[in-house]
Amino acid sequence: MLKALENISAHYANPTRFMALAAKLHAPLWGLVALCLAYGLYRVAYVPDDYQQGATVKIMFVHVPAAWMALFGYSFIFFASITALVFRHPLGHVAARAAAPVGAVFTLIALITGSLWGQPMWGTWWVWDARLTSVLVLFFIYLGYIALWQAIDEPTRAARAASILAIVGFINVPIVKFSVDWWNTLHQPASVSRLARPALHADFLYPLLIMGAGFLLLFLALTLTRMQMEILRQKLRRRS
Amino acid sequence: MAETLKFAFDHAYARDMGLQADGLACRRGGRLIFKDISFTLHAGQALRLAGVNGSGKSSLLRQLAGLLPVADGMFIHVLSPLRDMHYLGHDDGLKAALSVAETLVYECALARKEVPQALLTDLGLAASDWQYVGDLSAGQKRRLTLARLLLDPRPLWLLDEPLTALDASGRKLVEDLAEAHLARGGMIIAASHEALAFATQELRLGADA
Amino acid sequence: MSLFATLCAAHMRLAWRGGQTILALSFLFIAVTLLPFGLGPELKLLRALAPGLLWVVLAISLLTTLDRLFQADFEDGTLDRLRLLPLSLEAALLAKLCGHFLVLVMPLILSVPLAGLLLNIEAARLPLLLVAMLCGAPALVLLGGIGAALAVSVRRGGLLTVLIAMPFYVPVLIFGAAASQAALSSGTAIRPYLGILAALSAAALLLAPFAIAAALRAAQD
Repeated sequence: MLKALENISAHYANPTRFMALAAKLHAPLWGLVALCLAYGLYRVAYVPDDYQQGATVKIMFVHVPAAWMALFGYSFIFFASITALVFRHPLGHVAARAAAPVGAVFTLIALITGSLWGQPMWGTWWVWDARLTSVLVLFFIYLGYIALWQAIDEPTRAARAASILAIVGFINVPIVKFSVDWWNTLHQPASVSRLARPALHADFLYPLLIMGAGFLLLFLALTLTRMQMEILRQKLRRRS
Repeated sequence: MAETLKFAFDHAYARDMGLQADGLACRRGGRLIFKDISFTLHAGQALRLAGVNGSGKSSLLRQLAGLLPVADGMFIHVLSPLRDMHYLGHDDGLKAALSVAETLVYECALARKEVPQALLTDLGLAASDWQYVGDLSAGQKRRLTLARLLLDPRPLWLLDEPLTALDASGRKLVEDLAEAHLARGGMIIAASHEALAFATQELRLGADA
Repeated sequence: MSLFATLCAAHMRLAWRGGQTILALSFLFIAVTLLPFGLGPELKLLRALAPGLLWVVLAISLLTTLDRLFQADFEDGTLDRLRLLPLSLEAALLAKLCGHFLVLVMPLILSVPLAGLLLNIEAARLPLLLVAMLCGAPALVLLGGIGAALAVSVRRGGLLTVLIAMPFYVPVLIFGAAASQAALSSGTAIRPYLGILAALSAAALLLAPFAIAAALRAAQD
């Protein structure tokens, strides 16, 4: 099993082979994204309103998958950086670089929808809720990572620096999560009710999982497309 | 000649030392700078690296010093890279805010040596020991970096453009030092655009090879 | 003198000659002086906010000192020399960071009580506040050093350093402020917070030198 995986990854270390594979995958993957999201949204439309939150609860079907993707995206960057730095797989840096803005946008979506969801309940656009706060810090982690890629002109140097940051930053994520949760319980004012986890009734759970799958596919499709672009850009740069 | 130097070399290196590079290649920023570089150097020999700008002379020196990864090829090295060589690069690593005398004390502390009295005189810097390094001329700074070669005797010297910015007496100083070093069984690899009197071999890098 | 001590002393001398200590101290006091203009001069309010404010001010002043921490060495060839010493690059960089801590961060920490008096903190509580900062500040220096090392080849890397370091500072600031709050209010145990701060510093001490050395090596390839 592991050996087979090794062979596959070695096979696609060659950018030309990877580009051939990506070209084949491109259209079906995007088709799957469209199907999955369309069906998910259709299911969400028929979700009954919450007895407390009304129709607002439907923001959850965007907010929660986006927050999942925010975390998934950073884990993706971490593992791509490990494959690049430790196993010297040439596509690792490309994948990590391609995924970063995608993950950052999902993080931003999670922040904005969280704020929109909270507004009717809290009466303000922003509450220093533990989950929102750690997502905000995660957004800054993404920004630092992207900025580092952009600031260093020389691509191989930028790649090495960025992968070091990805690895160190990944260790930091749970520490931030833990300390922000702790900080929030310390300062929790009694009047503010936190985003209550809705009891995940099957009516809610399945549309949420479908939306989650749709977001995951969207993440992968965007990342794949950006990887194709990045490899083409590298080819152009070498030719000039 | 070397006898005029007061700060004496009183050591000799083993005669059976040598250094061999075989098929070295260097890749920077995805671009191949050079490949198939091979040479052999024995005790008492000096190699001059020649070649146009960008042909990789400095990169080769940095590879030999262990500061750049070797992209390809074997590199046989009978010396331990850290202890047994001096690398004088393009950037001198001198601090402008220290005086010449302080720099010498610092260098001695790094080499774990007593501060030698005659050294600054030999280098032609005795009159400016109170000056800040930032106020020295390029040639004077170059002379000051030579102190590193003398403070801690190591058999292999890697020199990047050792003659730049030096006046006639400075060049003479470098040549005398190099000859004294080679006479004691040392080895030198120097990148230079100019002919070096002490070089016994030459290696040309780049397209015009 | 050992190589470690030599490098540490050399960094201290150079940082001191560059006048950086005075600048960092001035920055800290400027920030503390500006706060009441923004918040109003009411002493009760300032006293209530002081623990958190002092940590934020300390962290930001500290970040300003990290700007060119490795950049001069990177540009003038000193980094090559550090890599060729009979001492690992990690240890050589740790020596430099120790020097940085002693000559720049210690004066900042020691001046915090004075800044605290300006914000109306009870004088009797100040020693505990100092202890909390001594426990947490090494983590701030080491983690900020990672940012400075990653941005070393960027010409105007100061802001990039801040952006990279910010997420790493969040846990230290949270527990630092909690420790200071406990130090200034009787009845809350401060020990657990000091323990967490020390643990963060210890973890940074284990991790940061390797990350910094790897980042500086990567910048030279």
